[in-house]
Amino acid sequence: MLTILLDGIAYGMLLFVLACGLSVTLGLMNFINLAHGAFAMLGGYVTGLMMNRAGVPFLLTLPFAFVIPAVIGVALERTLYRRLYGASPLDQVLFTIGLVLMAMPIANYLLGDQPQQIHLPAWLSGRVEFHGVGIGVYRLFIIGVCGAIAAALQIFLVKTRFGARLRAAVDDARVASGLGVNVDFLFAITFAVGSGLAGLGGALAADVVGGIDPSFPLKFMVTFLIVVVVGGSNGILGALVGALLLGVLDVAGKYYVPSIGAFIIYFVMVATLILRPRGLFAKGDGK
Amino acid sequence: MNSPVSSTTRARLEAHLRRRERWRWPEIAFWLAALAAIFAVPSRAGLINEILIAGLFALSLDLILGLAGIVSLGHAAFFGLGAYAEAILASKGYADPTLGLLVGALLAAALGLATAPLLLRGADLTRLMVTMGIALMLGELANRNAWITGGADGLEFTMKPVLGLFKIDFTGQRNAALYSLVVLFLLFAGARRLAQSPFGLSVTAIRENRLRAGALGISTSRRMIAIYALSAAYAGVAGALLAETTQIVSLDLFDFHRSADVMLMLIIGGAGYLYGGLIGAAIFIVLRDVISGATPEYWEFWIGALLVALVLVGRDRFADRAKRIVDLLTPRFARPRSAP
Amino acid sequence: MMLNRLSAGLAMVAFCAAAPAWAEDVVTVGLILPMTGQQASTGKQEQAGANLYIQMHGDAVAGKKIALIVKDDTGAPDVTKRLAQELITNDNAKALMGFGLTPLALAVAPVATEAKVPEIVTAAATAMITEKSPYIVRTSFTLPQAAVPMAEWCLKNNIHKVVTLVTDYGPGGDAEKWFSDVFAKGGGTIVEKIRVPLKNPDFAPFLQRVKDDAPEALFVFVPSGQGAALMKQFNERGLDKAGVRLIATGDVTDDDQLADIGDSALGVVTTHHYSAAHDSLENKAFVEAFEKANGGMRPNFMAVAAYDGMALLYQALEKTNGSTDGDALIGAMKGMSWMSPRGPVSIDPDTRDIVQTVYVRKVEKVGGQLYNVEFGSTPAVKDPYKASKN
Repeated sequence: MLTILLDGIAYGMLLFVLACGLSVTLGLMNFINLAHGAFAMLGGYVTGLMMNRAGVPFLLTLPFAFVIPAVIGVALERTLYRRLYGASPLDQVLFTIGLVLMAMPIANYLLGDQPQQIHLPAWLSGRVEFHGVGIGVYRLFIIGVCGAIAAALQIFLVKTRFGARLRAAVDDARVASGLGVNVDFLFAITFAVGSGLAGLGGALAADVVGGIDPSFPLKFMVTFLIVVVVGGSNGILGALVGALLLGVLDVAGKYYVPSIGAFIIYFVMVATLILRPRGLFAKGDGK
Repeated sequence: MNSPVSSTTRARLEAHLRRRERWRWPEIAFWLAALAAIFAVPSRAGLINEILIAGLFALSLDLILGLAGIVSLGHAAFFGLGAYAEAILASKGYADPTLGLLVGALLAAALGLATAPLLLRGADLTRLMVTMGIALMLGELANRNAWITGGADGLEFTMKPVLGLFKIDFTGQRNAALYSLVVLFLLFAGARRLAQSPFGLSVTAIRENRLRAGALGISTSRRMIAIYALSAAYAGVAGALLAETTQIVSLDLFDFHRSADVMLMLIIGGAGYLYGGLIGAAIFIVLRDVISGATPEYWEFWIGALLVALVLVGRDRFADRAKRIVDLLTPRFARPRSAP
Repeated sequence: MMLNRLSAGLAMVAFCAAAPAWAEDVVTVGLILPMTGQQASTGKQEQAGANLYIQMHGDAVAGKKIALIVKDDTGAPDVTKRLAQELITNDNAKALMGFGLTPLALAVAPVATEAKVPEIVTAAATAMITEKSPYIVRTSFTLPQAAVPMAEWCLKNNIHKVVTLVTDYGPGGDAEKWFSDVFAKGGGTIVEKIRVPLKNPDFAPFLQRVKDDAPEALFVFVPSGQGAALMKQFNERGLDKAGVRLIATGDVTDDDQLADIGDSALGVVTTHHYSAAHDSLENKAFVEAFEKANGGMRPNFMAVAAYDGMALLYQALEKTNGSTDGDALIGAMKGMSWMSPRGPVSIDPDTRDIVQTVYVRKVEKVGGQLYNVEFGSTPAVKDPYKASKN
């Protein structure tokens, strides 16, 4: 059913935008950031609050949903995260879990525990029929926007000098630094963009997942992590493939066999790990 | 054949190891204090029981985290499996507590054996995800098969008295705590013995430098699998114990919360010397009880803040200060002394 | 802190032994709710409801002073059980209230039986709960109570082809079973029964199935909190335009959430036992006082259940002349009837479950805000599950 395929792709694209920041952080800085979901939540809240309290149109809120988490991300990175770059995975896990555990009650305290709903503008609602295949307008929008982001990221990585430096740093940070690449600055920018993308993803996802509420980070953390694990940590291609695969399989699974719908993503994860322990596109695969 | 180690060094090594085997008086005091607490404050026997069970769960995590260096965010899988094994057994009529513990341990160990190979491959994040994924899958499985697990409603059952003599239900709160204490102590003694055995030492060696250990002829994968299965068995017993003393199980036993909480307890107390899990469990549960009494809605914030502070200050530095005190009093199992 | 508790406990024991008259003047009520976790909104509403009753009616009844202790069980049954035990043994609680989910209520049942303390369930809605202990009384509702009138309404209104979509857990199963049984018995056809996972529901694929099934109506039960997502997806998929009516139990159009759901909820027909728009003097006073005391928050069926739980306790105490003996209180509660903000209610003397009016409502705009406006009702509905056992 083509509709389901398109739904799956839309969901997958959403997951990609949400998870690619996590994938790059892991690949570049070897840092397991479980608090990634908190940035997504922040972006979602930014959009929700701006629309509901200040009447800002949906599209206009999106840049803010990117920028605000990016700024906060950089601030946290410069102050707290950088102390843990060399730390053991356990420390990183504990630290970022602690951050999430702090972020959720803060959201609850400031904004209450009811989900913050996004009311899409009229031109984004409804469905279109295309040769008998129906697809929601918003889902098409998501595919478009996220696809554009993916393309932009890829072009950026491949065609610009900054991108080249980033790829060099991912391959071998020490050598890159030795060659004069300002790895520190790179880290900060990467973290900012990753967090910003998470925020944007959160804003885009808010409508699909039924609103943003304080428990959003924990609810979706597992999903992000599965995307990263399946896709591997070699840049954005892995995240994209992993996200699309999971998105389509998840939606199709729930449609065709609703009784085991929830299992599918775990199943895919375990299967991938058995066959390709480092994910589909692991770092260092080319070496 | 000439031994590469001189005889004096060898003698000192043996004496050191033998010294570590003996139970020091602070350890004895620790266990006696635990026993006394149950009799001194019978009104809080339920809380004490919760602490003891959590302590056992944390101990099981210490076996893989402290001893073997494996980070797991899904240990609740074994905990929940043990609990449900007990519950299903009891509801089918086999309600003997000791039998339940055994079955819980075996089933959890079996799951540990089955999943351990997955853990050995891949990087840290992969390992983390596998452990999380398994716990979540089990939770989903339990939900699906509501005809046997009770699904989201949970499963209730009654237990026969321990050894046919001691009731452990509502009227037997104190007995339940004593029962948990006995089980915990026996398993702890076993773990202590293990940590000092050649097997335990080899696992520590693997943790410290896997390559080197392998070069020394230690079969790393087999031992990792073994310790993982053992840790799973311990967690399974903890789960079965919880089921036996509360007589109800439900799906939240597989929740990420449980895995994260036990990790937190172990970190607070310090990993690697086996007592850390018990101390951490006591601190965490009492703290949570107090804080949640004061601020029922936002206590998670303070737990998160504690975690962040702990990591930033440096787990090691914080734990070291505590451990320096403990060090004077108890033997350390995993971290070798600098010189005998 | 443990030491403080210990000395407080000892002091209380001493006082109780030395001056029984004084100790007996305070009646402690333990309110155990999930204040954190997925069910936190339940805890919030219920605590507000219980406190409101005390605020409106004073904390003294039948010569005794009521002391309410609120505890967070985080939604874990082993914690609920321990809290219940501690409240009874350490704080001398004479009644326990709350229990946000079925396993939480079930965990406490044996404790209530052994200690002979009334367990007043004000949230959990699976039908069999009251059978688990002779000391359990319920003031919330049961899913069959809400689902059966919905099926009856469908049959009366020429709807014959329905797909059911429920969340895959206890109350969901109840709703699905009772709706489909009554509906099928009345001649209707259930095209498909779909179950949705409790966590992370993306309703899209499931709703796509519904669209392909092309029924006349979709009967839904999801826990309050997910209603918004469902309705949005329903409209986004174009199901309303395809001629599928959305019918549900009132949990989907929870008063707490209705404002957030927005206009996509207009026209949805639900059956439930409480609407904040219920037209009665008691309800108007209740809603006004609640909103005033809670910063404009609208009360929902959880709040009213807790409010009625306190009302039940107060009236029982008056009937027993202040005696807190468990058996006496339960005896007094059986058969008790009064006017609640939701309408007339009573406690069935045989099952100790609540008997109440179930309303059929439609979501409409009243004074610029969305409300569940009642347009039909079935009075004195007993829980069908237990009634069918006779």
